[in-house]
Amino acid sequence: MAFSIYDFNTLTSSIHQALDARFTPLSVQIIEWGLIGLSFLIFVALFGLFLVYLERKICAFFQQRLGPMRVGYWGTLQTVADFIKLLMKELILPNRADKFLYTLAPFIVIIVTFMAIAVVPFAKGLQALDFDIGVFYVTAISSLGVIGILLAGWSSNNKYSLIGAMRSGAQIISYELSVGMALITMIILAGSMQISEIVEAQRNGWFIFTGHIPAWIAFFVFVIAGTAETNRGPFDLAEAESELTAGFHTEYSGIKFAFFFLAEYVNLFIVSAMATTLFLGGWMPLHFGHFTGFNHVMDFIPPIFWFFGKVMAVIFLIMWFKWTFPRLRIDQILVLEWKFLLPINLINILLMTLIVLKKWHF
Amino acid sequence: MNGVINYIVSIAKGIKTLVDGMRVTGYYFFHPKLIVTQQYPENRDTLKMFDRYRGEVTMPHNEKNEHRCTGCGICELNCPNGSIEIISKTIEIAEGKKKRVIDKHIYHLAMCTMCNLCVKSCPSDALAMGQKFEHAVWDRSKLTKVLNQPGSQIMQDIKE
Repeated sequence: MAFSIYDFNTLTSSIHQALDARFTPLSVQIIEWGLIGLSFLIFVALFGLFLVYLERKICAFFQQRLGPMRVGYWGTLQTVADFIKLLMKELILPNRADKFLYTLAPFIVIIVTFMAIAVVPFAKGLQALDFDIGVFYVTAISSLGVIGILLAGWSSNNKYSLIGAMRSGAQIISYELSVGMALITMIILAGSMQISEIVEAQRNGWFIFTGHIPAWIAFFVFVIAGTAETNRGPFDLAEAESELTAGFHTEYSGIKFAFFFLAEYVNLFIVSAMATTLFLGGWMPLHFGHFTGFNHVMDFIPPIFWFFGKVMAVIFLIMWFKWTFPRLRIDQILVLEWKFLLPINLINILLMTLIVLKKWHF
Repeated sequence: MNGVINYIVSIAKGIKTLVDGMRVTGYYFFHPKLIVTQQYPENRDTLKMFDRYRGEVTMPHNEKNEHRCTGCGICELNCPNGSIEIISKTIEIAEGKKKRVIDKHIYHLAMCTMCNLCVKSCPSDALAMGQKFEHAVWDRSKLTKVLNQPGSQIMQDIKE
């Protein structure tokens, strides 16, 4: 019963019909691709800038200081200034670096990010690609990001970059297991891998409430593994600013560095978006099964605000992790994954399967 | 079985330490009154530095325009880079007895490192560190100061 949830399909199909009336089907398709691509580009650019500013401000408040305050009102134009500076820096090509791979690496990273963002469900009908294996697609695409990092480290012709890239590669490959298994746990509860179906299945309550204990454990594991996947938080040994100069992106400057930097923050958004889709209900307002009055009241807030509110909450949680915990060594990172998160995940999958079979969930 | 129990207990202990840490930083985040940064040029009216702040060397004078400097030159000897020059003169008190008195206590603010050694080593506590820190001037000669005020003399009860 979603009488008051606005369906963006009406808007998109009316645009489609308006275009159809004027252009040939092929040009309609190309124009639509262009529009969608442009809107995603603008969204990624603006949201990336906003996230960088947010990170600096939140990190400052955690450390009892103020953060950027001078450039623009309360420092809001700081990231704009930073990006203008990055755009104007000289692009360095290290001596005897592998030229083709060196230029290719940042592009792989940013392309992977854009591919993953295409399946994020912003609101009902506002999802660019809706595969029936949506969640599986996201995990597969995130795995490609490792290639960009390894290429960056190898082609820089710098032993510290290489060490950073190898460590990062080991870390990301290990934590993909945990991410995948935490997602599998929720797929078992949802019954489908298609993202719009998963969000619809949370109409009577978010999965974190309906799939009680295994969902909490899976959420906990997913958030930890997600921050490790994006080389963030206490798992940022690969790009530790004070230890390996800048790790695998030491030799990059200007727009190429901006790509790595932007990709990191947009990956943070993707991990949070996946967490909200699978645990917190995506764009679905807060519903509790049988309280129809309460559910109707919750429906008045547009789903897109619900979505961004939840994503911001998860992003805040992940930033809280980063600025509280000291950095882990590479051996500690791998021990955490292989000795702790993996067994917990396996047992959790069993638990969730048992609960779904016996219908012990809400 | 013991190993499994130890494993689970170690996980629980680990999570407890994580939550403790997050509680501290969460407290800082949700209490913005605890922020220590001050926005400098805007708060000049109410700005007061802490008591032991080392701004510049001053020679405190009381209401009768008296200071405590005897002109002994110990501060000049202790200054690591020669930012102090003592010029003293002798005057006659009673018949035939000569006493040394400070004429000019020249202080080169441009060279001073605010190391506090002159203040600490002064036997008569004549010097003190001031709170002023905005010393930028357009004219370099303003940075050479004479610390004893014109027409002042030493307090009566300072022992040599």
